[in-house]
Amino acid sequence: MPDKDQITPDARHSQGTGPAGDGAAVYRIAGALTIIRAATTAREIDALSDPLTIDLSGITKMDTVGAWIIYRTVRDRGAKVVGASSAEASLLEQVAEADRPVKVHPDSPGGLIRVLDELGIWVSELGKTFVGLLGFLGATLVGFANLIRRPKRFRINAIVQRFDVVGVRALGIIGLMSFLIGVVVGQQGAVQLEQFGAEIYTINLIGRITIRELGTLMTAIMVAGRSGSAFAAQIGTMKITEEIDAMRTIGVSPVEALVIPRMLATVVMMPLLAFYAMVMSLLGGGIFVWLVIDIPPLTYVQRLQEVVPITDLWIGLIKAPVFGFIIALAGCFQGMLVQGNSEEVGMRTTNAVVQSIFLVIVLDAVFAVFFSSIGWR
Amino acid sequence: MKDEPIIKVRGLRNSFGEQVIHENLDIDVRRGEILGVVGGSGTGKSVLMRSIIGLQRPDSGEIEVLGENMIDRSEDEAKNIRRRWGILFQNGALFSTLTVAENVEVPIHEYFPYLKPPLLDEIASYKIAMSGLTPDAGPKYPSELSGGMRKRAGLARALALDPELLFLDEPTAGLDPIAAAAFDELIKSLHGRLELTVFLITHDLDTLHTICDRVAVLADKKVVAVGTIPELMSLDHPWIQEYFNGPRGRAAAVSHEEPVKA
Repeated sequence: MPDKDQITPDARHSQGTGPAGDGAAVYRIAGALTIIRAATTAREIDALSDPLTIDLSGITKMDTVGAWIIYRTVRDRGAKVVGASSAEASLLEQVAEADRPVKVHPDSPGGLIRVLDELGIWVSELGKTFVGLLGFLGATLVGFANLIRRPKRFRINAIVQRFDVVGVRALGIIGLMSFLIGVVVGQQGAVQLEQFGAEIYTINLIGRITIRELGTLMTAIMVAGRSGSAFAAQIGTMKITEEIDAMRTIGVSPVEALVIPRMLATVVMMPLLAFYAMVMSLLGGGIFVWLVIDIPPLTYVQRLQEVVPITDLWIGLIKAPVFGFIIALAGCFQGMLVQGNSEEVGMRTTNAVVQSIFLVIVLDAVFAVFFSSIGWR
Repeated sequence: MKDEPIIKVRGLRNSFGEQVIHENLDIDVRRGEILGVVGGSGTGKSVLMRSIIGLQRPDSGEIEVLGENMIDRSEDEAKNIRRRWGILFQNGALFSTLTVAENVEVPIHEYFPYLKPPLLDEIASYKIAMSGLTPDAGPKYPSELSGGMRKRAGLARALALDPELLFLDEPTAGLDPIAAAAFDELIKSLHGRLELTVFLITHDLDTLHTICDRVAVLADKKVVAVGTIPELMSLDHPWIQEYFNGPRGRAAAVSHEEPVKA
């Protein structure tokens, strides 16, 4: 570097030796020392050797980030600052005042301890969730018992409104879904059974599978996705905005006001929706077999009456309210567990849907074994 | 150039459906001042702020901030202006899934992505200390903070980029008097040292007396008066009289040793 001490017009900074010739490096800054130049300035200062003198006389503008970089050089390396105006000195003073050991990142243990830590937390959460669910179930049953003893506290408006949201408004999507399931079952069945010349058995397949299993199961999955998630999100948001605390302090039981209407709505609406889904599936299947394998509607209905036992309908309809209960329980319980921030609402909503669908399928398997063993084949 | 107002609003009209909030509203904020904005509940103080910072599209009117027209700007152009202001929302509006330190780092990281973690963390830590938060606040989540601490964390985020212009929406609401006074002091000292211009919405009469250079009064859908508190008190607008010469207004004026009209 030939012109060590000279600031060329376009240079924003320069380096050189001090006038005393004692070998001290001088860092001169010209122009604006702001966050825009922060990274460059920090790097350049780091590259210089001690002892260091920083000359601020050429600065036109400095912000707190610039001041911080100068300040920390002084603090850590004992650099000397010259040529600071009163405003710059005041800014340096201000960042010096703000230099306190502030923790920025949470403490986190590393390696194996962290894995064990997370495993432990997970297990204890699982345990707490299970106990919490039992407690919540108990609180709900107590709530029901109280309502039965004092029917005047029955929130009929809230319940009817839930009926509308959970039941009536789901008719469109559940109808369409079930219709298509009927078509798909018919189509897949027909393709396979055709190989044996037994297309007529497509009707058995459609009738039995939709009434016994799919009508209720698919309705439950749809209700879990539509209403279970909504319950968790609504109640969770109310927890965050302290509405539930407000209710408690007023003397309104959140279980009676929020949980029971939702639970009643799913328990009552699920069998109705499931029955509707069965009818729509049969309709879809019927139209398919009529158009594609030329079985006229009358034959289809007659054949259904012959091959589908009435117990299939009972099985479908008995399962429906149980599934509804599980969906509402998981949704409301997860909603009540929300605390803290909005991310928690999302997480709990996801949990509610995943848990309720999982439990519904597990219970469905249990029901299948049970009904077979009592002879309802 | 120095006399050009930093915020200039002309003929602003805002409405929600049938309800007109602002009609033909004018306001200027001068460079380097702390302008207090007062008005009864529902007079649209927050809506005015939201219009200025571009969160609410006005029905009509002109808004200039830092010499730039703010209405219908493209997102890229608006970004250059946004870098130069900081906003403290009424409830802090901290990102709830990020820690306080991460909240402060968000604007820095957005505009200066090449700043590396050690320096970024140092910047966040002195901003946190500067806002008067306790040293252990950095790794906490907003839900773990008290109301006052949330405001300070919001202020730390608003100050992250060393803005020229600071918008504060009721910064002392919900704070205890000691914390509120400390907050006023903080704003005043930052204002002195960082050459800030402050647009301050408040109901706090002490704040008005302590730190505001001028006060703008919102009433009847517009700014009915702007001036120092003694100037405002000499006007005979009923709401202004009620506000500054009511029992609370007098108490605040007495404690700040300003003349009270008999």
